[in-house]
Amino acid sequence: MPPEPTETAALAATAPRATQGAGAPRSAAWKQRLQGLGPVLGLVLLCLAGMALNSNFATWDNAMNVLTRTAFIGIISVGMCFVIIGGGIDLSVGSMAALIAGSVILAMNALHNTIASPVLVVLIGALFALALGAVFGLAHGLLITKGRIEPFIVTLGTLGIYRAYLTYLSNGGAITLGDEVSDVYSPVYYGALLGVPIPIWVFAGVALMGGLLLNRTRYGRYVRAIGSNEQVARYAAVAVDRVKILTYVFLGVCVGVATLLYIPRLGSASPSTGLLWELEAIAAVIVGGTALKGGDGRIVGTVVGAILLSVISNILNLTSIISVYLNAAVQGVVIIIVAFLQRSRR
Amino acid sequence: MSLHVRFDGISKDFGSVRVLHGVRFDLEPGRVYGLIGENGAGKSTLMKILAGYETASEGTMLIDGKAQHFADSRAAEAAGIVLIHQEFNLAEDLTVAENIFLGRELRRGPFVDDAAMNAAARGVLEEVGLNIDPATKARDLIVAEKQMVEIAKALSRHARLLIMDEPTATLTPTEAQRLFALIERLRESGVTIVYISHKLDEVKRVTSEILVMRDGCFTTREPTDSVTRQQMATLMVGRELSDMFPPKQPAPDAPPLLKVQALNVPGWARDVSFEVRPGEILGFAGLVGAGRTELFEGLLGLRKRAGGTVEIGGAKVEFHNPRDAARQGLTYLSEDRKGKGLHVTLSLQENLTLMDLDRHARPWLDHGSERAALDQAIADFGIRTGDATVNAAQLSGGNQQKLAIAKVLQPQPRVVVLDEPTRGVDVGAKRDIYFLIHKLAEQGRGVVVISSELIELIGLCHRVVVMRGGKVQAVLGTDQLTEETLIAYATGTH
Repeated sequence: MPPEPTETAALAATAPRATQGAGAPRSAAWKQRLQGLGPVLGLVLLCLAGMALNSNFATWDNAMNVLTRTAFIGIISVGMCFVIIGGGIDLSVGSMAALIAGSVILAMNALHNTIASPVLVVLIGALFALALGAVFGLAHGLLITKGRIEPFIVTLGTLGIYRAYLTYLSNGGAITLGDEVSDVYSPVYYGALLGVPIPIWVFAGVALMGGLLLNRTRYGRYVRAIGSNEQVARYAAVAVDRVKILTYVFLGVCVGVATLLYIPRLGSASPSTGLLWELEAIAAVIVGGTALKGGDGRIVGTVVGAILLSVISNILNLTSIISVYLNAAVQGVVIIIVAFLQRSRR
Repeated sequence: MSLHVRFDGISKDFGSVRVLHGVRFDLEPGRVYGLIGENGAGKSTLMKILAGYETASEGTMLIDGKAQHFADSRAAEAAGIVLIHQEFNLAEDLTVAENIFLGRELRRGPFVDDAAMNAAARGVLEEVGLNIDPATKARDLIVAEKQMVEIAKALSRHARLLIMDEPTATLTPTEAQRLFALIERLRESGVTIVYISHKLDEVKRVTSEILVMRDGCFTTREPTDSVTRQQMATLMVGRELSDMFPPKQPAPDAPPLLKVQALNVPGWARDVSFEVRPGEILGFAGLVGAGRTELFEGLLGLRKRAGGTVEIGGAKVEFHNPRDAARQGLTYLSEDRKGKGLHVTLSLQENLTLMDLDRHARPWLDHGSERAALDQAIADFGIRTGDATVNAAQLSGGNQQKLAIAKVLQPQPRVVVLDEPTRGVDVGAKRDIYFLIHKLAEQGRGVVVISSELIELIGLCHRVVVMRGGKVQAVLGTDQLTEETLIAYATGTH
């Protein structure tokens, strides 16, 4: 945390040469703080607006509903945050979620023929989902670091590959989970613990882990160092390739977790599963104050960003001022406004 | 066509910090001025005001007697004032001619007239003595050529006052000679030149008058002929620099700490062997392109290596990347501070501990212990900063360099390689760094110093390896270290 602004100014005044050219230390510290609070402030304003517009907005049920819907994108955004801070991007997450969902459902249905216990089937399926995510992420990471291909290109390619493969597996239709397994599995989405739905707990867990990883571990520091300047990090004895690969693996695992929460919601996967998730996840990260060019970012901001985006669609659903069909347009306007407010940051 | 500039009480504030205090002096047309001062003295800020990149907070600037406030660099250019940056502003994928005419392309009807621009560009290129095809892409030029193109670009815009910021930082001596000749020709044609450099021998050589700034104030104006380099340094620092270098201790007699044999870095270094003993400072001299930096990048595994053995403390080692090297007790400070040395957008603390995070992880990073390490480094290395929470970008060049040196020493290496440790650093900070290097050797480390400043190598090193074209030309002992010998071996005229 920056020190109290007054202290900064006082110190700067006694040592003018050290801070020369740095701009005003006082306003800089304030600015940094405000920018960190920006997304939170936006969310608060949005919630106030929601409360004014509809009395159902500020209810416990509605809040839980919004957060549950946020969980998928939110979990992916936490992983995406690492990739973006490390100077990369992953466009494939939506397709990857779809392919993982389809593969896991197929695997569970097949396993159910040989394994009697549906609980065991779901557990094995869950491990399979996480492993698939990790493998996809590893493939991205290897192609990007060892293969020296731009992350944009690699993940644009796999975006097409994953979704096409799911369409092929599903024959263009839906892959549906068997009833017996589905019954065991559905509490993962529909169940609650202490009155809070399971997806929210998982989201909170992933976000907490992401925050600790980014701010309190060597690994997080290395990710920021690489995104800030890869050459400097390499010269400073950071294992650049390994750290970068791991950001994609972590994101892949996050996609796996999000998919596991998503499957019991509908009990099926189709070519439209996870459509445009990549955009929502990237938007959440950016709205949360992470620089798209890497190096600087916040997990808390990302979580707030993800919630903010789904609050927008929630308000549109609850009120009739703007058509629900314009949801994406309103989100787009918000993203551009946020980017505008952050443009001066170096 | 001549241009007279008067600074009348120019002050500049960055927030609450005043960096220029009522600067007042004149620039007469057709003269070459050496603007000197320590980093942070306000030279660059003043010149940015003159060239339209910054605006003064107080005071006026009179150009040919008329008060002027340039809104941007284009306005200054229109008045004939051009600043040539240390980092060039060429669009790499455009041709030389396209760069020269960027923003004011010659046209025939609605279309750009490439033929006319190439012809006109050829004219100005001849003027600066550069014999290249104007259709060459900027990307394909060497650094010295790029600089000449920048000057040609300025001339094509009818520049009457050229500001050059450290123009020879990346030039070889021969290229620098060409630049000096060009400066002389420009001066004869009535162009005023403001020459900013830390290399006082160059200032002595090319300028007719020196202007000294210190702590944001203009302090001294003297004809160059009337001051010695020593006096210039004293004027810049504002105190007597009785001795830049610590007294040399005799070279220690011990088995080598680092022993390199027949190391090959394809394209850069051939059959290079050398050794560093504990407590010894070994210098590497050579021209730009002699392969010194590349040799050590190869040693660290940053470049392909073909053959050769490396031993540390008698044990054979092989480095695949800087991480291996750091683990085995060797760290390297790059000559490229902003590109490879420091994360300028990260905090001082994050920069300092990056190579030694293992020590601060238990297993969560302990910000308290990192902060303690920073406080220790600020004290040990004399890093001057009012506020320890700023980003590295906010330190002056000299303090950034001290931070960078502190950083590579965090893992407690047995051998440390410092590439151009005083580049772009003011005289006061240079002295601090020399004493630091001396202390490192006293602690029993092996120290390698790669430097283009001969005085530095002579004043600091026990032995100096001279490289030329990727090969070792000579290894000179303390008693053989003179500027003449070093230059002779470096240029192959021995």
